[in-house]
Amino acid sequence: MDIFLQQIINGLVLGSIYALVALGYTMVYGILGLINFAHGDIVMVGALVALTVVSALGGSGLPPAVVLLAAMGAAMIVCIALGVTIERVAYRPLRRAPRLAPLITAIGVSILVQYSAALVWGKQYISLPTLITPSEVAVAGAVFTDIQGYIFLLACGIMAALLLFIKKSRIGRAMRATEQNPDIAGLMGVDTNRIIAFTFLVGSAIGAIAGVMVVLYYGLGHYFMGFMLGLKAFTAAVLGGIGNVAGAMLGGLLLGIIESLASGYIGDLTGGVLGSNYRDIFAFLVLIGVLVLRPAGLMGQQVSERA
Amino acid sequence: MKRRNVLTVAVAFALAAFIGACGKKEEAPAPKAAEAPRPIEAATVKIGTASPLTGPQAHIGIDIKNGVQLGVDDANAMGVEIGGRKVKFELLAEDDEANPTKAQTVAQKLVDAKVVAVVGHFNSGASIPASKVYSDAGIPQISPGSTNPKYTQQGFKTTFRVVANDDQQGPTLAKYAAEHLKAKTVAIIDDSTAYGQGLADAFERTIKESGAKVVAHEHTTDKDTDFKAILTKIKGVKPDLVMFGGIDPQAGPMVKQMAELGIKAKFIGGDGMQTPNFIKLAGAPAEGVMASVPGLPKEKMPGGEAFLKKFKAKYNADVELFAPMGYDAVMVFVDAMKRANSTDPAKFLPELAKTNYQGVIGPIAFDDKGDLKNGPITIYVVKGGKWEPLETITPGGATATAASAPAPAADSAKK
Repeated sequence: MDIFLQQIINGLVLGSIYALVALGYTMVYGILGLINFAHGDIVMVGALVALTVVSALGGSGLPPAVVLLAAMGAAMIVCIALGVTIERVAYRPLRRAPRLAPLITAIGVSILVQYSAALVWGKQYISLPTLITPSEVAVAGAVFTDIQGYIFLLACGIMAALLLFIKKSRIGRAMRATEQNPDIAGLMGVDTNRIIAFTFLVGSAIGAIAGVMVVLYYGLGHYFMGFMLGLKAFTAAVLGGIGNVAGAMLGGLLLGIIESLASGYIGDLTGGVLGSNYRDIFAFLVLIGVLVLRPAGLMGQQVSERA
Repeated sequence: MKRRNVLTVAVAFALAAFIGACGKKEEAPAPKAAEAPRPIEAATVKIGTASPLTGPQAHIGIDIKNGVQLGVDDANAMGVEIGGRKVKFELLAEDDEANPTKAQTVAQKLVDAKVVAVVGHFNSGASIPASKVYSDAGIPQISPGSTNPKYTQQGFKTTFRVVANDDQQGPTLAKYAAEHLKAKTVAIIDDSTAYGQGLADAFERTIKESGAKVVAHEHTTDKDTDFKAILTKIKGVKPDLVMFGGIDPQAGPMVKQMAELGIKAKFIGGDGMQTPNFIKLAGAPAEGVMASVPGLPKEKMPGGEAFLKKFKAKYNADVELFAPMGYDAVMVFVDAMKRANSTDPAKFLPELAKTNYQGVIGPIAFDDKGDLKNGPITIYVVKGGKWEPLETITPGGATATAASAPAPAADSAKK
């Protein structure tokens, strides 16, 4: 039983990282109908910036919390700049183009960001000097560390704040209006370009935090890490209902738990034929399953098909 | 409908990108370098080397390349004369990205460039496919770090290595675990590569013979960094010992996450994780982790001290792992060429098989398959944030395999 509980804890922490990344996909999709494939790579850049800052400041004797805040701040600034630039340069000129064009651009931008990062940071794994030694808390036979706790709580806090912001604030209302219909929102006095840029800003900032969490949790990063993370988060967004912010959170957490349970138990269930080295396929099985059975996702609204 | 269409296309693209990424390391063979006209007085002899110069294992690959370069420089400084002509050695270094397909491409490129000998590759998964290419061209190959037994068991006359193989390393590690660590229940994890799985399987066979129980054998990949799920499962079966077949980018986070889950079992692995990088990645929980490495400790190698100094002076870096093996591989080639009085692979290959050379790493002689005879294996432990040699074990004869009867304990001589 404690093993099961432990897998759930592992899954929740992994899932809260997926959820944060999924927010970036879902918000952009909601407002532009565009899958921003470069989002995973923005997260990667955030992670590597954080690694660089921590490595630079790690030996300076500053308290770990200060180092971490500096790393997070630097990652957010770089990611926001990157996200907003990508929107301005790669997506805005194509906003009226057929839908396939921005999709292809997105994949191009993703590859561009990846290999630029490979140029800047090199292609090897970059490791993080241990910043905080995690202390453990035992709960009913399962163990979780304070780092896991921080990651989970911070993710929940960000998600709640974002939901509240979209629901209650003026900009949030403008975002929802733009999502409904950009043209009419524009006629109503919403500066849709600014709102779209703002969406990229928020998504990138949250992505940067997710990147810092990955670094803090696993202690290493490299230029290709955004790819799989991005695909998984994208799957989470689809699972929850792409375009739906609450759905992305649910999808992320669910996907994390599914992956943890599956890689923990698949060996026993298949009599050792499949091992946990097959764990990446679960995300894609989920993706295919959702698209076949419930294309709108768990919390998405069925978009009525026009005759 | 509109949105669904976009989504379907998006998913198709995502999958296409995923599949593309899996195979993306293939590259068209680079155009052949134009052959420079050979000067009549000093013959230029090209020696090739291939190892991962980029990617997660780049630090190991570059270490090998630097060792080989040092060997070539020293051979040139010695002023070798073969067949009455002064010989100038030239190194062609290639990046195989630790990728089997790329390794074959690179091997062909070296063959096309008319190298007479190759030091490489590092990964067994790269050495094995590449060895076919070298064998077809009749070019001898000495691997400085590939330990999978299959490499020398394909029936090729051109395959040699200057490290003990997994059939020697795995059982030695297992015997150590059974005799010294008194492990009764063991969990095994491997990274699904030729190296990791080979080592883990060889370990498993011997540890079972010793009477210990293998309570789990899990697989991961050489790209994963999240092992919480596997480790949670392992926590459930409560092993005395966890053995990992794989390399440091996985071993580091694995040990760290093991500590976070409160698993108190000892952790051992092979040479792929015995690097400073591992300690950096694992942090404090690295303390007490053990790993076996083919060969003597660098400092205890007969030519170790001088080599380390020379290496440091030239590259301003410490030897990572296999640089001395790369250096010796060059010297073994040069030695065979001198004895054959020829730089023609067909002529010096028979001499290579008869090698009896005193290298930096110790005496080098090959058995009939090309494996290093009596290759010593050293067990290291992390102590005070550093790898410290614990014990050196010389297997009783290089032909000893896991299938042979359990060797007497006298095999392990304390150093």
